[in-house]
Amino acid sequence: MADKVIYAMYDDDDTTKDAAKLLVAKGVHVSEVYSPFPIHGIDPIIGVKHTRLGINAFLYGITGLMLAMITIRYMMIVDWPMNIGGKPNFDFFHNMPSFVPILFEFTVLCAAHGMAFTYFLRNKTLPGMPARNPDPRTTDDRFVIELKLEDNHGFSAEELTALCKQTEIVEIEEKVIK
Amino acid sequence: MHKESDIRIPLILGDKSYRDITDDIIRPIESKAPKGWYILISICGLFALWGIGCIVYLLGTGIGTWGLNKSVEWAWDITNFVWWVGIGHAGTLISAVLLLFRQKWRMAINRAAEAMTIFAVMMAGLFPLIHMGRLWVGYWVFPLPNQFGSMWVNFNSPLLWDVFAISTYFSVGLVFWYIGLIPDFATIRDRVTKPMSKKVYSILSFGWTGGAKAWNRFEIVSLVLAGLATPLVFSVHSIVSFDFATSVIPGWHTTIFPPYFVAGAVFSGFAMVQTLMLILRKAFKLEAYLHTKHVEYMNIVIITTGSIVGVAYITELFISWYSGVEYEAYAFLNRATGPYWWAYWSMMTCNVISPQLFWFKKLRTNLTFTFIMSIIVNIGMWFERFVIIVTSIHRDYVPSSWTYFHPTWVDIGVYVGTLGVFGVLYLLFARYFPVMPIAELKTILKSSGQNFKQGYGHGAGYWDKHAHHGHDDHSHAHVETHEVETPVIEKTIEEVTSPEVEAAKEVTTSTLEDNNDLKLFERIGTATESEKDDLKKISGIGPVLESKLNDIGIFTIAQISKLTKEDYEILNALTDSSTAKAENDDWAGQATQLMNEN
Repeated sequence: MADKVIYAMYDDDDTTKDAAKLLVAKGVHVSEVYSPFPIHGIDPIIGVKHTRLGINAFLYGITGLMLAMITIRYMMIVDWPMNIGGKPNFDFFHNMPSFVPILFEFTVLCAAHGMAFTYFLRNKTLPGMPARNPDPRTTDDRFVIELKLEDNHGFSAEELTALCKQTEIVEIEEKVIK
Repeated sequence: MHKESDIRIPLILGDKSYRDITDDIIRPIESKAPKGWYILISICGLFALWGIGCIVYLLGTGIGTWGLNKSVEWAWDITNFVWWVGIGHAGTLISAVLLLFRQKWRMAINRAAEAMTIFAVMMAGLFPLIHMGRLWVGYWVFPLPNQFGSMWVNFNSPLLWDVFAISTYFSVGLVFWYIGLIPDFATIRDRVTKPMSKKVYSILSFGWTGGAKAWNRFEIVSLVLAGLATPLVFSVHSIVSFDFATSVIPGWHTTIFPPYFVAGAVFSGFAMVQTLMLILRKAFKLEAYLHTKHVEYMNIVIITTGSIVGVAYITELFISWYSGVEYEAYAFLNRATGPYWWAYWSMMTCNVISPQLFWFKKLRTNLTFTFIMSIIVNIGMWFERFVIIVTSIHRDYVPSSWTYFHPTWVDIGVYVGTLGVFGVLYLLFARYFPVMPIAELKTILKSSGQNFKQGYGHGAGYWDKHAHHGHDDHSHAHVETHEVETPVIEKTIEEVTSPEVEAAKEVTTSTLEDNNDLKLFERIGTATESEKDDLKKISGIGPVLESKLNDIGIFTIAQISKLTKEDYEILNALTDSSTAKAENDDWAGQATQLMNEN
């Protein structure tokens, strides 16, 4: 089914925030806000939940640490124990102090890369992906609020446009998407 | 939006809008490269080719082509390795540690410093690889299953720690840098018109859209990566120092090595940032974003870390005597007075004495002086590593093994070659990548832009309107319906009709002598004819206007830099010229830039 999308364009981050506030207060669902830089404080207004990437990073880090411990124990203690400078090599725990640097580095490596990769996937930003911002100026100095008719059953396209026009828009556009 | 204190010097000078920031940073990418760029890249390219030639010759012939001998079995290669890794410390420090401390001035330098870090670590990694002798089996440093009875790498060894530290540092640094670059690549993608550039930048930008959720994730990823990179950056140079500190060679076997190496790394890294950025800002006309205050902040970091290094040198010297270990004592005595005294004292002069000159505000805000100092510091830090490495081993225990190290042309060639490769990479970066974080700079425009702080141009009246909503961002986490009933939005860029303007209009009809009573001078300060600057330096002010301004009592550039929109109105009334002109030409912004260029 064809769906209508309304793009209301603004030229300032504060007016965009004010406009989003007004629209949300009228019961409009804002599906996305495109901006050239993060607008602080807009997430709770339009109902964007706080990202869980931080928790992800922690889990990746723990995984990395475990992996490093298992590998080092296997290589240094089980498979081929070596007497190096008289360092204890009979169990992992006693030899651990000299493994700390690599345990740490590997934890950071896994946490950082795991999080970065998840970030790319979740944002759908990967090499060769097409740009989906509605107007090229939104990466320069324009801010766009996107309203989908599908998400706003209580409103007609005309009503939404009229509501947008109450805010400080600089341009407004209606598009039909399939 | 957080309102920054008025006494803080604006981080972005002049009357800038969001569009201006995009334009200013992308201009070098969109316009043709200047002749100087081609000349520089050719020179660097020649050095790089020479270096590659030396490496090929070295690999074909053997490590014997270096000047190493039976006592000095580590010299320039490890010196260069530590020097490059050290330089690679500023980038992550700036982007991670300063991010955690919310130092907004880092935004002028973080992108370029991170690029420097990545290229420097690449150059650093080359030296241990070459030193292994057989470059093509370099992967043996990783714990891979093998057919030597499954002999594993030694996880107890600082050299292996180094492998993990440097490769983690390099790859995490690269990812951190690239995540920051993506939104800026998207900005370029949406602007360029040439099909080839458009294609390349759209691949590089990974299809970035700049939605609210994406920005939310972006900020958290930056923060968490900064949190991870902070201990990482300290661990890397600590581990590099373990290469020496865990050995039993007098002069290397020192417990203060880790903190002292880290401080030294930051010291040399910032010096290199200064060297590169002072050229870059001039060549790309980015003085509005990276001005004297930024340079001063960096010089403060240099003096701090330089002093830490100085204290470490003296502690080392004291402890070598106090420990009562005569080998230790001899190693340090030999450093300062032995055959390598010249290296030791160059190091002391460059690293300990010369940065102390930055205590003088005149010197640390002088760009030419800073540039010279940055090179001196880099030379000094190279000598530091040379002194630590070579002087500690050149006199082995038996006097028959006492030797002196002479670099060969291959030693020199490989080092100069890495400088060349680094230069080529950096020039390519400067030409095709946004050298400052466009998106991040836009976030500080309203809080730290001169026009917004002083309330003129694009920032006219902004803080008058928003000052009371200063804490809006957090307290209004959810929207209250009743608030929205009132019409929030109405364009209220007020016409300036303050009593001062009226007063000024009256003054024109009476006498000009009373001008000093005007509130105008309370704001911009008074000056006398003896302090007179050449006001014609500001575009828009000609000889006639200058004499008129002098008649009113405006003699200096400093006074003009403090003018606001209201003052323009007053001046308009006094000089019968157009206010719009003064505002469009942005006299105050120009004046501030002029002041910063000195």
